[in-house]
Amino acid sequence: MVLLPITGLFIRAAGMGWESFWLVISDPRVVAAFRVTVLTALAASLFNCVFGVLMAWVLVRYAFPGRRLLDALMDLPFALPTAVAGITLAALFAENGWYGQALARVGIEVAYTPLGIIVAMAFTSVPFVVRTVQPVLEDLPGEDEEAAMSLGASDLTVFRRILLPSLWPAIVTGGGLSFARSLGEYGAVIFIAGNSPYISEVISLMILVRLEEYDFPAASAIAAVVLTASLLLLLAINIGQERSVKRLHGG
Amino acid sequence: MTRTTKSLIATLALAVGVIAPASAQDRELLNSSYDIARELFADYNTLFKAHWEEQTGETVTIRQSHAGSSKQARAILQGLAADVVTYNQVTDVNILAERGNLIPTDWADRLPNNSSPYYSTMAFLVREGNPQGIENWDDLVAEGVDLIMPNPKTSGNARYTFLAAMGYAQQRFGDDQAAIDAFLSDLLAQVQVFDSGGRGSTTTFVERGLGDVLLTFESEVNNITALHPDENFQVVVPEVSFRAEFPVTVIDENIEANGTEDLARAYLEHLYSPEAQRLLAGFNYRVHDDAVQAENADRFPAVELLSVEEIAGSWDNAMEIFASGGKLDQLQRR
Repeated sequence: MVLLPITGLFIRAAGMGWESFWLVISDPRVVAAFRVTVLTALAASLFNCVFGVLMAWVLVRYAFPGRRLLDALMDLPFALPTAVAGITLAALFAENGWYGQALARVGIEVAYTPLGIIVAMAFTSVPFVVRTVQPVLEDLPGEDEEAAMSLGASDLTVFRRILLPSLWPAIVTGGGLSFARSLGEYGAVIFIAGNSPYISEVISLMILVRLEEYDFPAASAIAAVVLTASLLLLLAINIGQERSVKRLHGG
Repeated sequence: MTRTTKSLIATLALAVGVIAPASAQDRELLNSSYDIARELFADYNTLFKAHWEEQTGETVTIRQSHAGSSKQARAILQGLAADVVTYNQVTDVNILAERGNLIPTDWADRLPNNSSPYYSTMAFLVREGNPQGIENWDDLVAEGVDLIMPNPKTSGNARYTFLAAMGYAQQRFGDDQAAIDAFLSDLLAQVQVFDSGGRGSTTTFVERGLGDVLLTFESEVNNITALHPDENFQVVVPEVSFRAEFPVTVIDENIEANGTEDLARAYLEHLYSPEAQRLLAGFNYRVHDDAVQAENADRFPAVELLSVEEIAGSWDNAMEIFASGGKLDQLQRR
């Protein structure tokens, strides 16, 4: 099921030979789109690592009215069609939108800039971090933190010395998944990116452009690069995961 | 193509059919059309079904499928058995002949006016009072004028606008290729947001309030002013623009297999009838029927319309402009 499209893609891309493959993916505009995509995806997943852990922390450690609702809402980015997310975010962050108006006053433009891409990517992939960190946090006994506190450790020290070592693998996994997802995000990003050549074009748009030109091999070539990057990343996460599990169990 | 893709396409085709359930003996016709023509063809189908029943006594079911016309053409190339296509880009019909051998290469000669029963042109929409005094193409490159148009890489709408601007520049600068290129490069640099399609640009301009000028089909700008009377947008039709054709053809391979030859041909021919032309004019398209065009003269100001042949020689040449590494890429390089 999973392997079928992947194999098809690589067969298509392999059919074109190294030289034309290189020509397609080294096109300056495509390279610029790779750069934009990787940088924004990186920023989005780093943001998610912080914000996602915070969200997971709030959901696990605090009881407050509406917690269950918030918990359920956390999955919304996955359930929402990405195009809807993109259009909504663009409406909110445009200069005449709710957030956009406030941000414009302090001179920050979000919609139709690379910042907008980061917002869209972060929104669509934040559940990855929350949902990987949450169960780990639930299994961590709150007593450890309390004990550390009672021994005079500051909040920061508790977080750094007690929580972070146990949460670290989950954060890396969530962040990695969030990054991989962001690399290929199209629907949400395209409505808020502005799509200015060399500035705010993402790689999935480049793939679509090649498809529009009926240039299937070129589209497959670019897609193969993205796919390879994602696969390598996921592989690295899995290996890292296994190692840390081994370490925890005394290998 | 794998068997899985084929069955997937068949499922999609069936899904389209669910929209219009038919009694068993009815013959069916599938019209593969472009994105924003849903309402237009829903109305035309009612018109045609009545006409066909009157002529032959037969009731028929017409199914519609709408998406970006390049996407639609790809679906047909991959096996979707559409009987007729009604597109907004000549190139997407050409590809059916060149890649799929589904229709003869001279398909455009089979019906009047290059098989384009209606046409439109590229126009501007400006904000209330036209504060920057936009009248023609050269006003668009004035300092501080922000433009909104879709991406010429993904949208036929934007390609037409680019060709229209190119036609204008050719008339103004003659053989001075450097001046033409500089003008087009300036124009592209003034574009604030490149949406992937025409409707996206409309949203950006109308809902998000971005940009001073929206560049899109004349039919679209007229629809916008009708839908948003409070905004007091103004339509500007430049002196020179592009003749945007809306090509139609039967898919010979498919109508033979589906047994819909007479029906499919009549469906397209009837688009040229006065009643259909009147309907099309109601959707803000320019039509060929003189009487209908005269009735609507005030809505369609006189404009010099350049064909793709006059601007770029042929569609093949024109598409070279937009291909990877072509003229457009060079003009946008920085």
